[in-house]
Amino acid sequence: MIRVKFENVTKYYTLLNTGGIKNFILNFFREYKKIKSNRFLALENISFEVKDKDVVGIIGKNGAGKSTTLGLIAGVLKPTSGRVEVNGRIAPLLELGAGFHPDLTGRENVILNGILLGMTKKEILSKLDSIIEFSELGEFIDQPIRIYSSGMLSRLGFSVAVHTNPDILLIDEVLSVGDFKFQEKSKNKIYEFKEKGKTIIFVSHDIGMVEELCDKVILIHEHKLLYQGDVKKGVELYEQL
Amino acid sequence: MFEYYKDLIIELTKKDIKVRYKNSYLGYFWSLANPLFLALIFYFIFKVVTKVQMKDYTLFLISGLFVWQWINNSIMVSTNLYIANASLIKKVNFPRNFLAVSLVLSEGFNFLISIPVIIGFMLYYHHYPSIKWLIYIPIVLIITGIMIYSLSLLVATINLFFRDMERLVGLLLTFLFYMTPIIYPVSMIPQKYKFVLYLNPFAPFILTWQELFLHNRLDLKYLFISFIYALVALIVSTFIFNKLKYKFAELV
Repeated sequence: MIRVKFENVTKYYTLLNTGGIKNFILNFFREYKKIKSNRFLALENISFEVKDKDVVGIIGKNGAGKSTTLGLIAGVLKPTSGRVEVNGRIAPLLELGAGFHPDLTGRENVILNGILLGMTKKEILSKLDSIIEFSELGEFIDQPIRIYSSGMLSRLGFSVAVHTNPDILLIDEVLSVGDFKFQEKSKNKIYEFKEKGKTIIFVSHDIGMVEELCDKVILIHEHKLLYQGDVKKGVELYEQL
Repeated sequence: MFEYYKDLIIELTKKDIKVRYKNSYLGYFWSLANPLFLALIFYFIFKVVTKVQMKDYTLFLISGLFVWQWINNSIMVSTNLYIANASLIKKVNFPRNFLAVSLVLSEGFNFLISIPVIIGFMLYYHHYPSIKWLIYIPIVLIITGIMIYSLSLLVATINLFFRDMERLVGLLLTFLFYMTPIIYPVSMIPQKYKFVLYLNPFAPFILTWQELFLHNRLDLKYLFISFIYALVALIVSTFIFNKLKYKFAELV
């Protein structure tokens, strides 16, 4: 089964620094053309497939287009041309605790965040204890999260995301959250997902971790797909860039 | 899927309601303070100073101002709706229009819980709520809600592309407030300017509510015009939203 499929995907970002609504109305056609042409390339003609149970690392330099790729998989971005196909529930571990509200308690945020990530309320309530236990927040869970440290926030966000029972995990540089002990724990959780045969797409600059975890890499360089396949070869190519 | 959407809307709305007055001591009373204070000001200007000839002027003011507050607050907050939720828009794929739905519902909830205050004023002026409200209010509430949702979604979407929208909307709402018969009765508008009532998209809504609170009557003409406005607004805003929603993550 194919989990993620990119077919000749090209992504341009539109830049919007118009002269505002006044200019836009007065010179509608000129401004409209300007907006259309004022864009920059993020990904050019990329095709790849991620099969079920694949653990894929996406590597590349800063600004190469890795996060754009994840955004396209997560469905928050739409390709300018080409096709992106995704089968299965995604757990985006992209920015932990996206949408947390500082004035709500940890528990309230878990419920809200869980729903935003695609769980029904019933599902969350049944997993609530396990989420709280995994986050190791103890009695802090009923405090407003504005008093949390950044490590505590990430732990909570990570906890919710891994409890969504995903088919596909998208991980973007988030394994360095919390203290040493929690980092170990979150890594173990990821390996647990791997053993369970989940599909994992992993973006990281931690090449050691990529080599350790992934069975396959995709190397993106200057918005193009430079290499896909064997981890060792991919990492070698990456280090020569 | 239905259960999921239901949960999502309920939780987002609950969050909006919870968060609004979380750190204030007076909580609920703040949502009453604004329209009541405005009523006081207008009462002073138009009843005490310029002596508008109208029976139950205070009740008239109150019945319009609370509805206006629902409209005004929702649309004002919507200008910043997606920008305030940037991290969510960028990372999580959920139906983006649900943020507008929850905004309208939480503001609508505020309006609902202010109805007892309106009833209090009614009793004072020897008006009495009717059992017919149980049918009338939900109908008018839903049509008004659809209108506010559509405009909020439209404003929230467009503001991502033209941040000037925020200023424009503030100005337009102030303008429309004075163009709507909230502080003066329709009967005082000279005949040749009556057409303004039909151009102003909020007038039929306010008039329907006023008729409901003041005379326990459902004005079918204004209700129908409201319905048409709401329907057109819903179609237009849904169309524009659907065209632009995939760009949100790039723009917030």
